[in-house]
Amino acid sequence: MSGPANKTPAIVARQLTKRFGGFLAVDHVDFTIEPGEIMGFIGPNGAGKSTIIRMLCGLLRPSEGQILVAGIDVARQPEAARQHIGYMSQKFSLYGDLSVRENLQFFGGIYRVPPEKLAARMRYAVDMAGLTGREDDLVSALAGGWKQRLALGCAILHNPPILFLDEPTSGVDPISRRRFWDLIHDLAANGVAILVTTHYMDEAEYCDRVVLINQGRIVASGSPAELKHTPLGGQMLLVECNATGKALHVLTAAKGIRDVAAFGDALHVLTDGADEAAVRALLTAAGISDARISPIAPGLEDVFVNLVTRPALAMTSP
Amino acid sequence: MNITRLGAMARNELVQVLRDPRSLMIALLMPFVQMLLLGYGVSLDIKHVPLCTWDREGSQRSEALLKGFAATQYFEIVKVVSDYPTLTHAIDAGQCGIAIVIPPDFSLRLNDSGKSSVQAIIDATDDNTASVAAGYAQAVVATFSAQVQLDTSSTQGMPAVITPLAVQSRVWFNEDLDSKDFIIPGLVAMILALVGAQLTSLTVSREWERGTMELLISTPVTPMEVMLGKLLPYFGIGLLDAGLCIALALFWFQVPFRGTFFTLFVTTALFLVVVLGIGYLISVSIRSQLGASQIALLLTMLPTTLLSGYTFPIDQMPKPIQAVTYLVHARYYVTILKGVFLKGLGMAQLTTPILALTLYAAVITFLAARAFHKTLE
Repeated sequence: MSGPANKTPAIVARQLTKRFGGFLAVDHVDFTIEPGEIMGFIGPNGAGKSTIIRMLCGLLRPSEGQILVAGIDVARQPEAARQHIGYMSQKFSLYGDLSVRENLQFFGGIYRVPPEKLAARMRYAVDMAGLTGREDDLVSALAGGWKQRLALGCAILHNPPILFLDEPTSGVDPISRRRFWDLIHDLAANGVAILVTTHYMDEAEYCDRVVLINQGRIVASGSPAELKHTPLGGQMLLVECNATGKALHVLTAAKGIRDVAAFGDALHVLTDGADEAAVRALLTAAGISDARISPIAPGLEDVFVNLVTRPALAMTSP
Repeated sequence: MNITRLGAMARNELVQVLRDPRSLMIALLMPFVQMLLLGYGVSLDIKHVPLCTWDREGSQRSEALLKGFAATQYFEIVKVVSDYPTLTHAIDAGQCGIAIVIPPDFSLRLNDSGKSSVQAIIDATDDNTASVAAGYAQAVVATFSAQVQLDTSSTQGMPAVITPLAVQSRVWFNEDLDSKDFIIPGLVAMILALVGAQLTSLTVSREWERGTMELLISTPVTPMEVMLGKLLPYFGIGLLDAGLCIALALFWFQVPFRGTFFTLFVTTALFLVVVLGIGYLISVSIRSQLGASQIALLLTMLPTTLLSGYTFPIDQMPKPIQAVTYLVHARYYVTILKGVFLKGLGMAQLTTPILALTLYAAVITFLAARAFHKTLE
């Protein structure tokens, strides 16, 4: 992308708020996304990620706040703003009764892709989706990974400078997910601003910037590397032993330990005053003598779980 | 309004209809089947009423009277009995709709006093059929009675009795008083109302149900383009259906056609706008295909069958119901169709129903255009 899109931020959200009746789904959220940036929204189900995306696309009206998409106020000129965006909704939403080609032609017409460019754009989309030679297949007959890449193809057919992807990789196999992220990076390298929601923690690592959302609020934001250095107020220990279940039980109940979470067949223990020796003592006292304990750097998931559960705990305790 | 987007919408809709067996059946098979089924099934003519006779006299005269019943196409003697229980049973069991009993002293009284009577027992569970059958029976007896009078006078050398005054009725527009000619044009209206609303009632609800709506409303397409793009293919299909129904009416049911095809085309197009608009309005309001099609059926089927004047004449309805019929779109189209088919009326004579339909079309289009909002709320 070139031109004015490079000077103005792709997306600006100011004090964005959405209420559904008495329920505050999105609570005064601010963020900016620059062209060429991949921004990941991460949070548990119901955190408000999809609601934010839907407001940015003009599908839901914000209760408060302002949205600028490509410098256009979405509330005032929704159709003008929509010409600049591509959207992939959570649910697969192409026309199953139509063939690959017919779906692309439809979105080409809806976004008014000039006829002289349409053929090349369609070829690009079909290529990207890996559907060359299957242009006349009905979309309902395609497998998940192809459907999802075709949906991306339809969303970028009109070369939008801004792309919204709402949990694009849910229900897609790992190899297709990997391929999908390669495509996302190619698009970003061409200057497309991308907002993607996911609850796959490993996918957060593919983003330039990650925003952690919980209960409608931004809990933390930064690059994946920055977020991993978020002070958690203690030391992160990796505990490996044979009786993982028992160790989890013992450590959760112990003092001086903030959080214990199972990762595979090991435990991530976030201490709150207790050190490595104290943890070992606790385990030995409980009859677990084979524990291997080593300090580790917290991963994104540790940070995420910690930040998300902390306010929740604060709210439930008196 | 942008022609490229409109074209994309219309083309998408057309391809989807052509690939959706359910829509295709409604579009093409339903009008055909309904036309044939209802065209034959709905007949207000009462012919071949099953008749049961009990001739208690068995004279030449009584047989002559019964021959009179057998000779008309209105009755068909299905049972001859010789006692009341069997006769009652035949009526109860629905084997016959009317029974004629000739008393044992039928000829005797006729000869003695010149006066006699026969008994008619009629199953009046269907009051319309009963009164018509009673009328036919009276007519048969009256014919017979006139013959008796004529015979008596001629044998006595007296001149025939002259009836001083008689009504000579001339039936216009439907000379044979064939209810088919009267019903079939109305049937075309009913089928178009039904099929049209059914088809468009699925369009928007289908998008909601299949999850394509969320993506569609995130695009720059305008509500007006969505509406027109979706209705355009069905307008074509509706005209096709109208052509099919009218062809069946003319060539299969042999209904007379005295008007011009121009009038027929213009008014049919107008009626289709109303019908398709109503279906679209329902589709926008109800997000499930089943719900939308049920509502469309309910809203079109009952008013159209009962209140459009298609089978039941409006001027015979109670006044408050007559007032309600003004809200039934098919009422105007039925008037137009009967006028064009049977009376050969042109646009000029049909100004009132045409204006009413135009107003209807304008209101529905206005409401439909405003009903669809591009939001998920």
